[in-house]
Amino acid sequence: MLSSYRFRKFKDKIAYVLCLLCVVVAVIPLASIVFEVIARGAPQLSLHFLTANGLEGGIGPAIQGTLILIGLTSLIGVPVGVMSGIYLAEFGGNKYTSAMRTINDILTEFPSIVVGITAFSIVVIGITGSFSPLAGAVALSFIMIPIVARTTEESLKLVPTTVREASLALGIHRWKTILRVVLPAAGQGLVTGALLSIARIAGETAPILLTIMGNTYFFQGFNQPMDALPLRVFLNSRQPSAEVQAQAWGAALVLILIVLSLNVCVRIASRRQFKK
Amino acid sequence: MRRSLAGDAIFKVAAGVLVASAAVILFATLYVLSTGSTTVLQRFGLSFFTGVNWNPVEGRESFGVLPYILGTLVTSGIALLIGVPLSLGIAIFLAEMAPKAIRVPVSYLIELLAAVPSVIFGLWGLFVLRFWVLNYIEKPVNAQLGWVSIFSGTPFGLDLFTAGIILAIMIIPTVASVSRDVIGAVPDYIREAAYGIGATRWEVIRHWVLSYGRSGILGATILGLGRAIGETMAVTMVIGNAVGPNALPTSLFQPGQTLPSLIANGFLEAPTPLEKSAYMGAGLVLLLISLLINIIAHLMVTRVLKVKGGAVE
Amino acid sequence: MSNSEKLRTEKLNAWFGQKQALKDVNLLIRANVVTAIIGPSGCGKSTLIRTLNRMHELVPQAKVSGRVLLDGKNIYDDDVDPVQIRRRVGMVFQKPNPFPTMSIYDNVAAGLKLVGVKKGPALDEIVKRCLQQASLWDEVKDDLKKPGTSLSGGQQQRLCIARALAVNPEVILMDEPCSALDPIATAKIESLIRDLSKEYTVVIVTHNMQQASRVSDYTAFLYLGELVEYGLTKDIFENPKNELTEKYITGEFG
Repeated sequence: MLSSYRFRKFKDKIAYVLCLLCVVVAVIPLASIVFEVIARGAPQLSLHFLTANGLEGGIGPAIQGTLILIGLTSLIGVPVGVMSGIYLAEFGGNKYTSAMRTINDILTEFPSIVVGITAFSIVVIGITGSFSPLAGAVALSFIMIPIVARTTEESLKLVPTTVREASLALGIHRWKTILRVVLPAAGQGLVTGALLSIARIAGETAPILLTIMGNTYFFQGFNQPMDALPLRVFLNSRQPSAEVQAQAWGAALVLILIVLSLNVCVRIASRRQFKK
Repeated sequence: MRRSLAGDAIFKVAAGVLVASAAVILFATLYVLSTGSTTVLQRFGLSFFTGVNWNPVEGRESFGVLPYILGTLVTSGIALLIGVPLSLGIAIFLAEMAPKAIRVPVSYLIELLAAVPSVIFGLWGLFVLRFWVLNYIEKPVNAQLGWVSIFSGTPFGLDLFTAGIILAIMIIPTVASVSRDVIGAVPDYIREAAYGIGATRWEVIRHWVLSYGRSGILGATILGLGRAIGETMAVTMVIGNAVGPNALPTSLFQPGQTLPSLIANGFLEAPTPLEKSAYMGAGLVLLLISLLINIIAHLMVTRVLKVKGGAVE
Repeated sequence: MSNSEKLRTEKLNAWFGQKQALKDVNLLIRANVVTAIIGPSGCGKSTLIRTLNRMHELVPQAKVSGRVLLDGKNIYDDDVDPVQIRRRVGMVFQKPNPFPTMSIYDNVAAGLKLVGVKKGPALDEIVKRCLQQASLWDEVKDDLKKPGTSLSGGQQQRLCIARALAVNPEVILMDEPCSALDPIATAKIESLIRDLSKEYTVVIVTHNMQQASRVSDYTAFLYLGELVEYGLTKDIFENPKNELTEKYITGEFG
């Protein structure tokens, strides 16, 4: 009986060590990625690198392209996503809402390459006839809309019913209540949701691979192929030249800085929200 | 007064229409992929799903996606085999073992893993992980066990195995955080009763917490599977880009191809409409598999968290 | 009737974070008797009983100071493992909590399987004996494979008692074991408690004074975390020494 007890304590300790090991093993790739991106990408960073075009060995077009995509996609994705979220949160309870919510959830798990094919067919073939920032923005908005809808719904649900009741009791109509009272009350949650979705789409490659195709030059027009950071990372990584590959790391560093700082901002913002 | 009532109605309709955008996207995608694949499906019928060739040459066209379906399954299988135990260990650590102070920072680190863009995972996989795996795992195993078919061939790092490992890492945030929520939702009275009869912490976890949370953890695993199946860029960059019969997964240490990587690698270059249609067909198969898996996963997880946990903080 | 000492607390204090739940409690629990702990809501009776088998410390931010002596040895000493204490001091909870993922048989056998008792006739014997001791055997003997949760509330509580008995404890702590049960089930368990005290030391927390006077040999009255009075149940109820005790007994408050 005594050795059995010791063995049980032993198993308990081993279990702790193994679980801790799992955490360590999972954190190692993160550490390695951050380390390598910094170690290999930092030497590339220079004003020239960030502002020159592809032929001159810079990633200016990629940075510009990513910013343009973020802007265009948000223009489509944020209003549609927020309104979707509003509908799900404020007009819920019926079958239509549950169905839409389920479909929304399904959409968040779509393989990104499939999103690319669809946008390619609809916009590149069907509308503009060429690769374009518009096609890229449409593709990325397919990803952004479900995310923003879900985060908006969740933020709105956190606003206590009493807030809505108070506003309605003052004689303010429903749509004004939602837009002027509830939405601002949920403000921080909405902003963090939007920022998170931007961080997500900034890093997406597959949807834009098939829709904007990449370009060594700066923005040429809404009808022309365009570059973007994740695309630049991908395309450069496939080139045989070590110099070009090094540029991929530089682009990766810029991209990861954008994505991680957005994430950190969101973290800080939501911690403040909960501290209230 | 009437104007504002109209305002309410207009607003509700507008929002109701926009919320349908998700459905529009879903059905547009299904429509595009179905119509896009009719050409190749009419031409090859069922053999599109069972064939192994990928030949666009005129006169000898033959397109089959079996190798890529298998490749997807193999890489996802490896991802689950490695990623799920790791995720479970992390979930148990966070939910049952970690002192309160490190719970939040560690959770955050795991979530940060999910924030890294797939293409950067791929870049790291292509230039860093690949050599670790090649030198510390593939070469030694191949040297000793190369006669076993799944370890055969001369490895050079860009293969099904490396792709599987990267996928394992990428599904950890999903599987670990859902599992952690599931474990956290196990009611305390079960733990109390177990401690009451003199169980150690590990025994409480192993015999009672995990068995109570069994179906939720399974749901988390299937969610991870769904994520692994749809993952494109990281896999594309490390899987070695095999096409046609070469892509049939025979050895872990040989190049392969998954449905997403096939499309990412070849869609843009496809010269003939038939070949483009073949890629569409691949996309359709991918979408259908992914939808199925994700619907199953969601049914399992939402049922568990709703019934057992109630409010998830 | 001088029974020997089984458990004794010395200057026992307990906290939940900043809130102090027990103040300098010095309580004696005699062997092979039923000791009831009574007092109004919030007086700390549950906390007190949970310090006796080191369950209190499972709550985050729980703190304990002082000593609890089991057969003379402090259970809070550094070299003592709570896991072993909990085998010697078992517990039955307020709300019956049989393991939902296990059958009746497995519920009772759970504690034994942990220490390596294998499946077989020996284990079957122990399970049967414990279910008999808990007055449950006749009601479940035909189907021990049913899930533990398929029983009624009163039966579930007796199952929990059987489960606690299976690991052969010396002390059985009961935290308001009947408060979630109907009067018939309560009566069954009350008669059970008297029988159990022949072999075990029983400590029962109850907010029901009549129950305390029916069931226990000794009674301790707790108020706002302090032990106000302790003595033979007969004396406490018929002749309380402390004014506060008398007020509580007569129903002036609580």
